Amino acid sequence: MLSNLRTMWLVFVHLFKKKATVQYPEEKNTLRPRWRGRIVLTKDPDGGERCVGCYLCAAACPVDCIALQATEDKDGRRYPEFFRINFSRCIFCGYCEEACPTYAIQLIPDFEMAEYNRQNLVFEKEDLLIDSQGKYPGYNFYKVAGMDAGVKKKGEGENEEPPVDIYSLLP
Amino acid sequence: MTVMQHIWIVLGVLFVLLNIAAGLIWVERRLLALWQDRLGPNRAGPLGIFIVLADTLKLFFKEDWIPPFADKWVFITAPAIVAGSVLLSFVIIPFAPGIVVADLNVGLLFFLAMSSLGVYSIVLGGWASNNKYALLGAMRGASQMIAYEVFMGLSLMGVVMITGSFNMGDIVDAQKNVWFCFTQPLGFIIFFIAGVAETHRLPFDIPEAESELIAGFHAEYSGMKFGMFFIGEYLGITLISAMTVTLFFGGWHGPAFLPPLAWFALKTILFLGLFILLRASLPRPRYDQLIEYGWKVLLPVVLANLMITGAIALWLKST
Ligand code: SF4
Ligand code: SF4
Repeated sequence: MLSNLRTMWLVFVHLFKKKATVQYPEEKNTLRPRWRGRIVLTKDPDGGERCVGCYLCAAACPVDCIALQATEDKDGRRYPEFFRINFSRCIFCGYCEEACPTYAIQLIPDFEMAEYNRQNLVFEKEDLLIDSQGKYPGYNFYKVAGMDAGVKKKGEGENEEPPVDIYSLLP
Repeated sequence: MTVMQHIWIVLGVLFVLLNIAAGLIWVERRLLALWQDRLGPNRAGPLGIFIVLADTLKLFFKEDWIPPFADKWVFITAPAIVAGSVLLSFVIIPFAPGIVVADLNVGLLFFLAMSSLGVYSIVLGGWASNNKYALLGAMRGASQMIAYEVFMGLSLMGVVMITGSFNMGDIVDAQKNVWFCFTQPLGFIIFFIAGVAETHRLPFDIPEAESELIAGFHAEYSGMKFGMFFIGEYLGITLISAMTVTLFFGGWHGPAFLPPLAWFALKTILFLGLFILLRASLPRPRYDQLIEYGWKVLLPVVLANLMITGAIALWLKST
């Protein structure tokens, strides 16, 4: 009985405590930098698309909401012909970001994507692609990759040795 | 009192009561929220009071479904009984000098009779729903009512003994100098506990017990029929609060700087708050614990209270 009364008193005192509610549209919650929200496709420092169309994100996605088609330009640089994310199915798990070998796909701190029309939640490549490097500035996949895709010649990349002359016997 | 005046009082009481029942939706949500460190509904209208409107509209426009396996007529009458019986109980409450619908000389007995009738709605509603959870809820409701009805009545007998009357007006008048909560503290506490059980509010909401029985006796109800149970519950807590005030806290009596009606309203509101605080803070006891507590603890205590009061009353009379 006494413990019940004590409980009631303690609950009553909460009337004067600070409230935890954040009154959303007027007050905004602080979103941390690693908040997993709207997905973007980033660009490398030179303004080229980072995505190389490797399908790893689509394979990693547990709800299969990423669809893309890879293609190549005349230099042999791969890029997605179309890239579609159905945000009405995305669960913002971030697996796609983890799977991506080129830091192309990233989740950013933005959750305000409500729509009246479900079809508007299907984002195409032009909706996803942003003019920024996102969380990994300065990274350009083709600068460290072994291949020549119009960004640098073979053997001229960072930490890359010149190609071996396979027709020579000299060490 | 002329007939016209009487009709005005009846209509006025009905109007105020129904508004209180609706307004309590908002009060309860806000208070519960505040006690849980939240804000509660505060968007629609000033301080969010229009949530009442939204809620009522929702109840009216919901599909009013009668399950095909239910006993149709009983199913329909059950919600009406609870609201009706509780509203009828208000007939005997003196809100202020002269403002009482029916000044019955068996007022208290009428109240007990009406509040016992309320259990029919639970039993019939649960039975007519033809659903095992509803039936379990109804069964629990019935046994809880029987247990708590007994000493609700007994706890009031102390007051009746001191006053020597069942008339509510006389009971209030007898508290002019000292409120019965001081002379009958045990009676008050037990009446309040029984009242909480009577209105099956938390922590004694055994017949509904969402976590065990879905929604208990009203699991099959929807739309305005469910709304009637809802209103019945809110009217019930208003009734118990008003009765507690009338019987133990001096009714309309209070220092003269406020009119009697205001004193009555103020005290009643305090008790309404207490009801909501109970809901916010206490967990629900197990069903057998509740019944055991009733029969093994409260009943002996109330009987002892009754005998001691009787002895003192006799002694006072003889000296
Ligand atoms: S966040 Fe998860 S669900 Fe959304 S696209 Fe990426 S992998 Fe799929
Ligand atoms: S976004 Fe990343 S993982 Fe997905 S296809 Fe492009 S490069 Fe591969």
